[in-house]
Amino acid sequence: MVETEIPAYDRVVDERGSRCPKPIISLARMAAADPAARILLLADDAAADTDVPAWCGFRSRTLSWVGAAPDGHGRAYLVVPIDPEPEQS
Amino acid sequence: MRQASPKNSVEPPGGYLDAASGQPLRPTARAALDAALDQGWADPARRYHDARRTRLLLDAARESVAAHIRARPDEVSFTASGTQAVHLGIAGLARGRVRVGAGIATTAVEHSSVLHAARTYGEPVAVAVDRVGRLDLDAFASVVGAPGVALAAVQSANHEVGSRQPVAAASALAAQHDVPLLVDAAQSVGREDVPDGWSVLTASAHKWGGPGGVGVLAVRTGVRWRSPSPDDPREAGRVPGFVPVPLIVAAAAALEEAEGERADESARLHALVDRIRARVPEVVPDVVVLGDPVDRLPHVVTFSCLYTDGETLLDLLDAQGFAISSGSSCVADALEPSHVLAAMGALTQGNLRVSLPSGVREDDVERFLAVLPDVVARVRATLGAGGL
Repeated sequence: MVETEIPAYDRVVDERGSRCPKPIISLARMAAADPAARILLLADDAAADTDVPAWCGFRSRTLSWVGAAPDGHGRAYLVVPIDPEPEQS
Repeated sequence: MRQASPKNSVEPPGGYLDAASGQPLRPTARAALDAALDQGWADPARRYHDARRTRLLLDAARESVAAHIRARPDEVSFTASGTQAVHLGIAGLARGRVRVGAGIATTAVEHSSVLHAARTYGEPVAVAVDRVGRLDLDAFASVVGAPGVALAAVQSANHEVGSRQPVAAASALAAQHDVPLLVDAAQSVGREDVPDGWSVLTASAHKWGGPGGVGVLAVRTGVRWRSPSPDDPREAGRVPGFVPVPLIVAAAAALEEAEGERADESARLHALVDRIRARVPEVVPDVVVLGDPVDRLPHVVTFSCLYTDGETLLDLLDAQGFAISSGSSCVADALEPSHVLAAMGALTQGNLRVSLPSGVREDDVERFLAVLPDVVARVRATLGAGGL
């Protein structure tokens, strides 16, 4: 197994052990509280693999990285705000 | 007689919106069943009066079903279910092509009976689909052209999101490599034209308003299909065991009726689904309607509601008298979300599949659209997700 280092993040939402849709709701709550934050969601619910990127589409975020959680339990999803559109000249 | 469905001979129970799981028995099928229980109880393989009468009923039912799927009567066998038809279809093709290899190419969104059979009887390769759940033909071409592929399976249309599959194109690609194609047409038979180009076709009678306990397995003449079961002469050697002639007669009567009304009824259901597809995003915030909006089954629509769980949605809708199904993980036994939604990359939480039975009342659809916003809002409030 290839160890990949987790990129930089600002906040952690640990929803391991909780089922869909709770991880997404907690992610959304954090994103609403701190809109600029790069959020690392930890989850082990099977639905997260599809629902995290789907939620990103609803709320102008990008799933920029997915990998194993730091302690090896469950998965980590790095969700970041979409870069603002470059100014049209 | 209701204005919404003036031509309909079926009146499903109010609030029943799960036709893709199965339709209630059509009254004409019930009448045919009653008569056939009296007339068709004997063993059709025997040589006496009651047996001949039973055999005539079975032959007539077979001819009728065969005509509707554009098959020859001797190509059609009856099974105990659509699932059994799929299992036997795949097992028999795999056995007939065992010298070629064990590869079984499927779409990633086939019915679980296809995926499970492919795992049991070969080495499955699931081919990707696009955002609406439609087979990626380029990927299919390279998979089906690879060495060691015994057979391919492509559904006529997806059972969860309704998108039609490109069966004609897939069939042409498979034929280039002499790979036989199984088409699971369970959602299409009785509702729309069944695609040609199949080597094996499967269907299920209770989806068109026939009784449970009858499936269809059609094997094209000349296709290398070897029965995986011990020898038994019944059903052209394809399906072992005594044949439930009265159920088959009822299934054929139901299909006859479904085919007779389908030009009008499928157009009506198609328009009702258009209405649901348009209205749901207007009345429910943060919802995504899935599947192809146009090239789809007439009666199936699926959508997912953010920040809700399918289980609670189903329970609240059930309490209001609506029977609906869901592909969300919390509803499935395995705690896995629907493989169809996952393959499409679609939101799996708060998923609802609405499928309209023949004869559904327009005001059932309107009532559903009226209660849905409050049901979703209540689930979101309970989960503390209001305003997110």
